[in-house]
Amino acid sequence: MKIVKEALAGTLESSDLLVKVAPVTEERLEIVIESEVMRQFGAQIRKVVEETLAKLGVSAGQIVVEDKGALDCAIRARIQAAVLRGADQQQIEWSKLS
Amino acid sequence: MKLRRSMLFLPGANAAMLSTAFVYKADSIMFDLEDAVSLREKDAARLLVYHALQNPAYADIETVVRINPLNTPFGLLDLEAAVRAGVDIVRLPKTDTPDDVRELETQVERIERECGREVGSTKLMAAIESASGVINALAIATASKRMVGIALAGFDYVMDMQTERGDGTELFYARCAVLHAARMAGIDAFDVVYSDVNNEEGFLKEVDLIRRLGFNGKSLINPRQIELLHNAYAPTEEDVDYAQRVIAAAEKAEREGLGVIALNGKMIDAPIVNHARRVLQKAEASGVRQ
Repeated sequence: MKIVKEALAGTLESSDLLVKVAPVTEERLEIVIESEVMRQFGAQIRKVVEETLAKLGVSAGQIVVEDKGALDCAIRARIQAAVLRGADQQQIEWSKLS
Repeated sequence: MKLRRSMLFLPGANAAMLSTAFVYKADSIMFDLEDAVSLREKDAARLLVYHALQNPAYADIETVVRINPLNTPFGLLDLEAAVRAGVDIVRLPKTDTPDDVRELETQVERIERECGREVGSTKLMAAIESASGVINALAIATASKRMVGIALAGFDYVMDMQTERGDGTELFYARCAVLHAARMAGIDAFDVVYSDVNNEEGFLKEVDLIRRLGFNGKSLINPRQIELLHNAYAPTEEDVDYAQRVIAAAEKAEREGLGVIALNGKMIDAPIVNHARRVLQKAEASGVRQ
């Protein structure tokens, strides 16, 4: 899935996260994660973000995550919403979201 | 016999509430993708609900998703997300005719087959929100074997009736019609939400009314209302004592092969035994009324 425009999903409320995606000129993924619980859960958050992007087939783009203590299920949902918006994707392939 | 007294609404776009609502002990949790979600957040809310449904924390709680109507651009996508994520019940808003339920059932069955879910495992509920829905309540309640309940939704209904919410007089006919349809169909009936969350006295007055009418429970919009509702639906000590004696008498009659059950010289029939079982179930769930 190709990110073709800037997009946002989520909020900065507690237990949520804000995800910003943007296209990049080079064919690479640039992932930036900020979290209030980075020390305890930083590695897990990154793992969920990378797995979610891989399932969606996103191999290029800038992904910025501002986490406010969200559960894994919320992280997956917000990443997917931002990517689908940024890819201007109307059709949903459910197998890539589970 | 699933106990459904409290059905707690959760806005589908609210990550914090979706992440914590399982702690509230409502009988059913309803993720709302319809009125509680703004048009521009429909896509994101659908994904939040899709993943929340798969959170193991909700494994032991009955989950419901209120989808958008199928004649909107969102309804079918909501349904795909809910059924594929394993929701227990889909709640259809603005149900006016039995064809609305049949159309929903057709789509649910298609999705179940496509995603490998057991056909028939997704149950349905219809919300009645118009004069047409009230008049068609029985046909709606019996439109599918998947139906487990019908709910009255007050705000749209009173607008359709060109009136406004008041002391309950404006809902009297609709409540009775929905309730009778549910009882004839053998499914549950749910009353309207009580939106003045700070008015505990008003809430309890309404709960007392709908409990005496015979509603199984009520849709709720605030977790604080759950315990109040459960307590109001809890049987009294006298109710529990009588129910225990009825069940004991029924078991004794069965052991002795007697066709007639008697308690204190009075004959007891099957509806009384069934009622006694429901009383004990409620007592087990939330104790006796305080």
